[in-house]
Amino acid sequence: MITKRIIPCLDVRDGQVVKGRQFEDIREVASPVDLARRYSEEGADELVFYDITASFEGRKLFTDVLRRTAEQVFIPLTVGGGIETVDDFERVLACGADKVSVNSGAIKNPELISQAARRYGSQCVVLSCDVKRVGEGYHIFSKGGRVDTGMDAIEWMRRGEGLGAGELVVNSIDTDGVKQGFDLPLLKLVTGAVDIPVIASGGAGSAQHFIDLFRQIPGVDAGLAASVFHYGELSIPGLKRMLAEAGINVRMAYESGQPEV
Amino acid sequence: MIAIVDYGVGNLFSLLCSLRALGAQAVVTGDAAQIEAAQRVILPGVGAFGDARDKLRRTGLDEVVVCQAQAGKPLLGICLGMQLLLDEGLEFGAHPGLGLIPGRVLPMQGYVPAGLKIPQIGWNALRFGAQPHPMFRHLRDGAHMYFVHSYHAAECPDVIADCEYGRPIAAAVARGNVWGCQFHPEKSGAAGLMVLRAFCEEDL
Repeated sequence: MITKRIIPCLDVRDGQVVKGRQFEDIREVASPVDLARRYSEEGADELVFYDITASFEGRKLFTDVLRRTAEQVFIPLTVGGGIETVDDFERVLACGADKVSVNSGAIKNPELISQAARRYGSQCVVLSCDVKRVGEGYHIFSKGGRVDTGMDAIEWMRRGEGLGAGELVVNSIDTDGVKQGFDLPLLKLVTGAVDIPVIASGGAGSAQHFIDLFRQIPGVDAGLAASVFHYGELSIPGLKRMLAEAGINVRMAYESGQPEV
Repeated sequence: MIAIVDYGVGNLFSLLCSLRALGAQAVVTGDAAQIEAAQRVILPGVGAFGDARDKLRRTGLDEVVVCQAQAGKPLLGICLGMQLLLDEGLEFGAHPGLGLIPGRVLPMQGYVPAGLKIPQIGWNALRFGAQPHPMFRHLRDGAHMYFVHSYHAAECPDVIADCEYGRPIAAAVARGNVWGCQFHPEKSGAAGLMVLRAFCEEDL
């Protein structure tokens, strides 16, 4: 059977990796190309690159980083950040992205999802959602988690699936950066509501958090995290070993080094 | 030189880079003469069977690929490129394939148990067939590969490895100099590169 995926996420600004705590207080950590290569060699199942620059120069640096990464890293690459049109899809796919994640751009124009799915296939379109608990429910936030759209999160995700999104990234603003574990109540709700693969994001601080995620919410396909990997608090081979010992089906790290002949 | 057949489907950048990373000389081309001059040919593909088949026919590259394969040149089909090697595809209607390997391409919907997500997206473990095949000479049984597909090869006597997705799914096929893999070797990390390496060095 297919394995549960571990996905490091690299937020890139002006060609450098950064990580925010609850999206604020951004600090830089490393060269994205080097980090991507290291994660791939260690057994990461996929990589996500988010472009958090807005300037033209920053965007140019980002596509350079993306192209150089795709030249040397041979696992699936997902790219997001500032994707507003089908032309934006074209721009990053031409630099070696395999999937493109849309967030605020799809909130502004939901047809972007169906246009891109028709042109590149659903497997290429990832709907990324920043979600925060509001009262009794959950709302979708836009603009990097700063603006409450007022939209019900589950309704929006179902709509995205109907429009042709092939995967869903669920990022909990409430748990992001706090390292107290994934937002299990939210993820349980989401996996009960959609049939496409669900990638959990926000809150990973230890291997136990990933074990809890995959044990308690079997419908979750992948766990995404950033700082816990960047700062070396958790190594990908170590995490995979612990997941395997906990009985969770993962791709083991021995294959990601030099395979045995 | 390895010719990656460009007939207007899919993103061939990663495939080209992965071959170059192995030290192979490769070119993305839709030029018949260049494909005929190459030592090996790779037929890639993403999207729908009928659409890809039409594009191959319109460019005339279907006959070029079939001729080269029949002349004994090593050919590797990847993902939809593997499916196109078979006799027939039943995606949005019935479409004839290239007929280089017996079999039909059928929907996974209705074949795999209900409740499993379609497409299959992710890493699955290879189960080698009884006879060891040179495609896997650098790998161990159980190596994981990256799959993205909604249709699968069926009624095929030339399956050399499968994977489990509720039911067995053909992961790779081979008949003589014609090889095919359902997974993406160019997206399957070091293990995937070993499949491409085996294809590059295989003297068929």
